[in-house]
Amino acid sequence: MQTIDLGTTALRELNASLHAQAADTNQTAWEIVNPRGSHAVAVGLDAPIEVYVKGSTGYYTAGMNKQATVHVHGSAGPGVAENMISGTVIVDGDASQYAGATGHGGTLVIKGNASSRCGISMKGIDIVVHGNVGHMSAFMAQSGNLVVCGDAGEALGDSIYEARLFVRGSVKSLGADCIEKEMRPEHLEILRDLLERGGCDARPEEFRRYGSARQLYNFNIDNAY
Amino acid sequence: MTMKDTKHDGPPRTPPRQSATFTQDVNAEIRRAAATGIYDIRGGGAKRKVPHFDDLLFLGASISRYPLEGYRERCGTDVTLGTRHAKNPIKLDIPVTIAGMSFGALSGAAKEALGRGASAAGTSTTTGDGGMTQEERGHSSKLVYQYLPSRYGMNPDDLRKADAIEVVVGQGAKPGGGGMLLGQKISDRVAQMRNLPQGIDQRSACRHPDWTGPDDLEIKILELREITGWKVPIYIKVGGARPYFDTTLAIKAGADVVVLDGMQGGTAATQDVFIEHVGQPILACIRESVRALQDMNMHREVQLIVSGGIRSGADVAKCMALGADAVAIGTAALIALGDNDPRWEEEYQKLGTTAGAYDDWHEGRDPAGITTQDPELAARFDPIEGGRRLNNFLKVMTLEAQTIARACGKNHLHNLEPEDLCAITMEAAAMAKVPLAGTDWWPGKPGTGF
Repeated sequence: MQTIDLGTTALRELNASLHAQAADTNQTAWEIVNPRGSHAVAVGLDAPIEVYVKGSTGYYTAGMNKQATVHVHGSAGPGVAENMISGTVIVDGDASQYAGATGHGGTLVIKGNASSRCGISMKGIDIVVHGNVGHMSAFMAQSGNLVVCGDAGEALGDSIYEARLFVRGSVKSLGADCIEKEMRPEHLEILRDLLERGGCDARPEEFRRYGSARQLYNFNIDNAY
Repeated sequence: MTMKDTKHDGPPRTPPRQSATFTQDVNAEIRRAAATGIYDIRGGGAKRKVPHFDDLLFLGASISRYPLEGYRERCGTDVTLGTRHAKNPIKLDIPVTIAGMSFGALSGAAKEALGRGASAAGTSTTTGDGGMTQEERGHSSKLVYQYLPSRYGMNPDDLRKADAIEVVVGQGAKPGGGGMLLGQKISDRVAQMRNLPQGIDQRSACRHPDWTGPDDLEIKILELREITGWKVPIYIKVGGARPYFDTTLAIKAGADVVVLDGMQGGTAATQDVFIEHVGQPILACIRESVRALQDMNMHREVQLIVSGGIRSGADVAKCMALGADAVAIGTAALIALGDNDPRWEEEYQKLGTTAGAYDDWHEGRDPAGITTQDPELAARFDPIEGGRRLNNFLKVMTLEAQTIARACGKNHLHNLEPEDLCAITMEAAAMAKVPLAGTDWWPGKPGTGF
């Protein structure tokens, strides 16, 4: 296990060390201590390594991650795992706004709550939130899956495209063009896998599914206000 | 023979008079709106007449200024962009760059031609909304990768292939507005790159999904720098809305380069009412942006790229004289490639328009094969010939700018200065802050009581 102390090591040095890891590196485990809310921790990784961040982080933790597993043993600031391509990001605590924004792939697990705009503009990422998500989550969500084991705030899935939303608790309101959809067996299977990957013991049958009504897909004067 | 009213007997009548307010064009738009119930969507930039570079003139040399020989004496044109923070600033041979235009809005061959032409001329091209294509990267010696609110196709691999990153906050045609790419142009490939269903009308967000203000933007830029190892310059592009404040905030957020786009700058598709009624002419923006750079003690440290209606070497020279470090062209580059060429007039007529006025780029039926994803139309366009034409045009622009600079006694385009200019209208004098021709005064000049 390599240990980097952000109390004494510059952020640039940390990220450069992580970027230097090749696909066949034998330095596969990294521990970051004293993150002290630093921004851009472990961003742009592209190797099958495991990074354990011992504490809470600031903006864009694990942004644009590929291949790596980044585990935040604390809470994460805005934009955790933004634009993730692959790999896994786990947040033990809560996540601030825009968690998983524009993510193309990989899995983001938030064991606490996620704030507003969780999964905004997501493009293939899978997000599992053990707690609640704030307003405007999955706004313009294109593809991928958002699982909310708690409640969802206002305007869930506004202007959604083809992403799937699974919510166990209440939904304060649905956004434009987002509707509740039938939970078919194939969706239960997808959800079962997501819950398992997210380390969540909830049962798929407890969830409801939401998605696009596909009424905004083509420009229509009735939608132009 | 005397004139006689053949239709009416009796005394002379007041001739029919068209309204200056309800013009034929206005009335036609009212009728169109009444018939369809939908606003007009089109491509391009503002078509209305606004104060522009044509309203400025260079003074040239005389007894008090010593000119350089037009052909022999050196007049430098090179520019380096991104000197503030980047390990690898971009060095260009000429200060005319190609503005961001997306694959999707343009065909793959058109993007290739832009890369070919720009590379041959020693300058950079820019991606657009929709990601980076191989055609573009492969044929562009220097490629600026746009980081847009939609994040279509955004990925760290392409980010690291870029020679610079341009964070797009806004553009001149529609400051405060998002983009649209209608279903006619969402081909399989475009849909795949953007991760959207094929054939839907695609919407690009008007604001970034993961930051909301200048403080956030500063952190976003930190992230981009960390991912790219602080190697490449980071530009921030803003539309011509509040150039002083936007430039100030861009500098504060850590930009290496500010890209300032006026309302004449083109877009692939937006509401006509937005294009014509939101934003400022580029002439009104440049000096305010330069003032911000100077107030922050960053003029020339943070470079300024100006765009929006730049058509010639004279326009380039005027931008440089007003304080820009480089310019970007979009519409002019497309025209150089063959867009709106009269050779396609018959087909423009079939589309209900005429060469020079064709702006329904979003419909994807461009007879020139440039603003389309239709394979048959796109096949009409030869990227090698297009690249050659663009290179020629860039060379001419550069030669023209050099000619003017030498006449002003300047051995580099960057040495042009506001003192080399006068304005021939009050409006241009006020916007460019250069004297009205024949005077030493402009509206708003400090100490003049206006």
